[in-house]
Amino acid sequence: MNDIIAKDTGRWILDRPNSYIGRSVPRPNAPRLAEGKGTFVDDIELKRMVHAAFVRSPYAHAQINGIDTTAAKAMPGVVAVVTPQEMAEICTPWVGVLTHLEGLKSAPQYPLPLDAARWQGEAIVAVVANSRAEAEDAAALVEIDWEVLPVVVDAEKALDTDTPVIHESLGDNLAWRRNADFGDVDAAYADADHVIEDTFIFGRHTGVCLETRGLVADYESSEDQLTVWHNNQCPHMIQNILATHFGLEEHRVRVITRDVGGSFGIKVHTFPDEVTAVGLSIMLKRPVKYIADRLESFTSDIHARDHRVKGKIAIKADGTITAFEIDDLTGVGPYSMYPRTSAIEANQVVNMIGGPYLFENYRAEANVVYQNKAMMCQYRAVGHPIKCAVTEGLVDQAARKVGMDPVAFRQKNFHADDSYPKKSAQGMPFENLSHEECMTKMLAAMDYEALKADRAAKRDQGIYRGIGFASFIEVTNPSAMFYGVGGARISAQDGATLRLDAKGNVFVSTGATEQGQGMEAVISQVAATAVGVKPERLKIITGDTEHTPYGGGTWGSRAAGIGGEAVAQAGRQLRIQILAAAAAMLQEDADTLDIREGVVVDDDTGNERIGLDEIGRICYYRPDTLPDGFQAELVATKHYVPRKFPFAFTNGAQASYLEVDTDTGFIKLLNHWCVEDCGTVINPLLVDEQIRGGVVQGLGGALWEECLYDDQGQMLNANMADYLVPMAAELPDIVCGHATSPTSDSDLGAKGAGEAGTCGAPAAVMNALNDALSPFEAKLTGMPFTPKKVLTALGKI
Amino acid sequence: MDKNVDISLTVNGEKITKRVEARTNLVDFLRYDVGLTGSHVGCEHGVCGACTIRVDGRIVRGCLMAAAQADGADVWTIEGVTETGEIRALQDAFVERNALQCGFCTPGMLLTIAELMERKPDASRDEIREYISGNYCRCTGYQAIVDAVEMTRGTMGRMGASAGKTGASVGRKGASA
Amino acid sequence: MKPAPFGYARAATLDDVFSLLAEHGDDAKIIAGGQSLMATLNMRLSEPEILIDINRIDGLAGIEDTGDTIRIGAMTRHVDVEESHLVATHAPMIAAAMEHIAHPAIRNRGTFGGSIAFADPAAELPACAVALEATMHVAGKGGTRDIAATDFFKGLYETAVGEGEILTAVSVPKIAAGWKSGFMELARRHGDYAIMGLCAHLQFDGAKFGDTRLIFFNAGDRPVSAPQTAALLNGQSWSGELSEKLSASLKEELDPPDDLNADGPMRKHLAGVLVKRTLAPLAGA
Repeated sequence: MNDIIAKDTGRWILDRPNSYIGRSVPRPNAPRLAEGKGTFVDDIELKRMVHAAFVRSPYAHAQINGIDTTAAKAMPGVVAVVTPQEMAEICTPWVGVLTHLEGLKSAPQYPLPLDAARWQGEAIVAVVANSRAEAEDAAALVEIDWEVLPVVVDAEKALDTDTPVIHESLGDNLAWRRNADFGDVDAAYADADHVIEDTFIFGRHTGVCLETRGLVADYESSEDQLTVWHNNQCPHMIQNILATHFGLEEHRVRVITRDVGGSFGIKVHTFPDEVTAVGLSIMLKRPVKYIADRLESFTSDIHARDHRVKGKIAIKADGTITAFEIDDLTGVGPYSMYPRTSAIEANQVVNMIGGPYLFENYRAEANVVYQNKAMMCQYRAVGHPIKCAVTEGLVDQAARKVGMDPVAFRQKNFHADDSYPKKSAQGMPFENLSHEECMTKMLAAMDYEALKADRAAKRDQGIYRGIGFASFIEVTNPSAMFYGVGGARISAQDGATLRLDAKGNVFVSTGATEQGQGMEAVISQVAATAVGVKPERLKIITGDTEHTPYGGGTWGSRAAGIGGEAVAQAGRQLRIQILAAAAAMLQEDADTLDIREGVVVDDDTGNERIGLDEIGRICYYRPDTLPDGFQAELVATKHYVPRKFPFAFTNGAQASYLEVDTDTGFIKLLNHWCVEDCGTVINPLLVDEQIRGGVVQGLGGALWEECLYDDQGQMLNANMADYLVPMAAELPDIVCGHATSPTSDSDLGAKGAGEAGTCGAPAAVMNALNDALSPFEAKLTGMPFTPKKVLTALGKI
Repeated sequence: MDKNVDISLTVNGEKITKRVEARTNLVDFLRYDVGLTGSHVGCEHGVCGACTIRVDGRIVRGCLMAAAQADGADVWTIEGVTETGEIRALQDAFVERNALQCGFCTPGMLLTIAELMERKPDASRDEIREYISGNYCRCTGYQAIVDAVEMTRGTMGRMGASAGKTGASVGRKGASA
Repeated sequence: MKPAPFGYARAATLDDVFSLLAEHGDDAKIIAGGQSLMATLNMRLSEPEILIDINRIDGLAGIEDTGDTIRIGAMTRHVDVEESHLVATHAPMIAAAMEHIAHPAIRNRGTFGGSIAFADPAAELPACAVALEATMHVAGKGGTRDIAATDFFKGLYETAVGEGEILTAVSVPKIAAGWKSGFMELARRHGDYAIMGLCAHLQFDGAKFGDTRLIFFNAGDRPVSAPQTAALLNGQSWSGELSEKLSASLKEELDPPDDLNADGPMRKHLAGVLVKRTLAPLAGA
């Protein structure tokens, strides 16, 4: 792995001597995980702990006329059987709306629904027993008197007048509608040489974190103290939500997040079963463990995507893009998810269509509708694969229309790398993007000319290979403009506290959290560099609302860019404070000193003067030897939130090379490339693996993953064998590369990298597939691209 | 009918005798009765591979075997093979190559690969991918795992052949403070 | 999910099995490798009163050469079949099928007989057994009996194994001179149940086909034979024209079901593709 070391950047953190920024440093927490010594939430056992299981609705929509828990309560090992009414007595309902998504409406959602089940798999009754198995035994005996109601399954019909309304209080099934209109689209159409339109379908899929959702809640009534070990991404957000809805003071709620077995946006929401499990601990005054099993995960984790987008592009004969237009429809289940809402994905699609390209005319309508399916919300690369595939699918069709190479067409229409800062057609602020550079680097990496020759040669042999491209923008480092302005209590800022111990080691506590992406390594690299110590001298503390500064956790590709910047600032502050103590001891001017590898040195010569261990010893044990009036301060806290830009847009390009078996409809992925620009690369190894993992999740949506429902709202493939996630044997090696355009919003200059892979991969595959099928006049725009769809498109079946 | 069973077995070289519910599967027994939480539970229907453990010298799904069936068996988990140092080089390669992210699949993945390296020491990249095709990893996309196997065998350089294949030169622009 | 409670009995002999089966009847389930059963139990799709474990019965595992056949004990693990020289030499179709059966950890525990007796129509081994005209050896309190593979599979998860009986071994005729075997399946991911697969066992007279057996899996409620189509091959050499004829015939002859991955028409189409791709190379085309 090549390190990416910056030189003479004018940024203090990058220009520090002995910088760890840009190095492929292994993760400090990785050896523990490689030895099976992680602490995942299901690994936690407490005295008197009991286990929760749920009775879940077998129907997509059904009235609850009565619940009989008698038989269940009589089962061995059962501690409690709790009905919706009982849970509602201690927990208030929530409504998943945000004020900046004007008009978004949702119904109050209780931890367990009082009147009716609104999706198959919704938790209805909680059972607590001495073991999970016993809880399940009893759950099977809970009798619910159901009255089956008509269902709303097809999003296309959700707004029809003869379709039943899921929440009477809302009047209809429309959650949110957004209309956007920029420039003059109709004039652009009138003036265009070609207007091309197509419809793109994105199957509903889900995150399938290998570790399912879960928690251990322990309510101690003598202190009115609730402690929750929870595998979520945002401990402070969960703390606020639990305190709010259980009527507790926030300082009486402690949320601890240890190792998390993948999250990808799944573990960032308010899941009713999890809230209920916490409520059970409060009711029972003892620890309660709830671990979703895989079967219930498929119908109770959030789902994502499920968009139908009608898209249009207007072009001139020379290939100039003049307008985009979309009509997006998405079904989001029966409630808007709390507190992030289920309207953000559609909003992202509207905001980012056409992102890489220069055009002025844009019109969009998005309809977010309710239906009786599992709830939908934000999952890795929210909206990104959708806007990217719609944009890039239309761009490819446009290029074909005017007879241009798809790369040349893109290059003609890109925002030029030297044209920033600027705003997109939708008014999104772009600080500095590098579409041209990324494409150039990717073409070199893939040897486009050789690939084209191979494609032609194979075609002569009846082998159909295709090359597909996708350029994209990605939104990262979200400021308060994302959720906070809409009223959500989700921290956009992050804090970091660094403390020097008596032996010269540094404790770093941060509001960012580790989900496996390598955040601890990134934090340690930044802290080591900012203070001037070796990474092994650091102890990173995360995921505990009692011991970390207030922060947003991990979501929206923010941990490095925001959490990392807070660490950089706190690290610099601690260095200044340590040097003040050193200066007092050495009777020197602090400005002439620096800290390098744990030793205070003369800044100009590097001569070693005093070790941090000695500074710690003197400051803590012999402060009497310090000059009168000098008090050493060896703890520093800083907070950071982006202020110049509401988000740090990043960009990149991907390409796919694949082969279609035109007899079977099977698609073999031969190769995949991604060159992206996440600003300052703190750890190239980790960034590349984020990209690769993200690409594979994108490939999943393109080729395999889909939550299939029947017309009664029953999920048909809610198990690991039938819901197809990408596995090792079907995947290609993925080549990664970088361009580097740091943001000026922070000293570190890091933007996010977590979603670029997922963003572009489906579009690249779609375009490669359609390139491969071009000799047949066959075209596919509905994901996932299954063998059946391919054979159908080819007219073989 | 008695729904409990007395079992005696060896786990990571240590003799263990317990009374278990007959319905308890082997991975739950190891995790909750023995306290070895390194083997993970990802699906409980034999698909994900997170619970992969070694029984009498061969890897099996811990969720597809009753603890009662392990009476008399020689069981090894990630904790045991870590302690003996048997897979140290592989674990080091996983760390160096970042072949794990969240770490939830890793114990099962490592035991699977340990068997692969014994049975098919010369496996190609495709054969490695095939052998681990029953072990689900949502984080890495698998490439780093394949690289780590090759690194362990010494068939590639320090960081893995595919890792260095960026093809694109690395530049820097706009680096103003 | 965790299984519903059940009892557990470890049989030491076949007689133990018979008396346990007599005692518990339909409330009992026999557990061999358990690679399908345990998942079913874990999902509470099956709630037996008792599991009868046959893993410790001596003599049920192993592969032996009996002269005209190789006899594969019911409790022989897939991995041992996979690594068997006898199987590779005398039943190349089975050898070819093994790597497609799930994944290494499953093959280490799952058994040959278990897969046959479970009679999943999507599984490889039942189709192999039918294509190779294997003989199933079944034992019960009253003694043993042999059942032809072609009579063994009675429907979805249903076999000719009677009440109180268990499958003890399968005898597979050694491939005869002049015969060739072909195996191919189409699975969306390696190790998944195939969308559809083909076991072809063919006699050749020079470049011409003689007797031919075409058995499809995941094409019906049991291994599905296509004798009419197979008959078209007799006396023919491989050609594109023949291939078209076979495909057309399969569309008439087969009546495959719909599921999440494919519907009947798609399976009919794939049947022709499987035949073409399996037979053409065997015919030297």
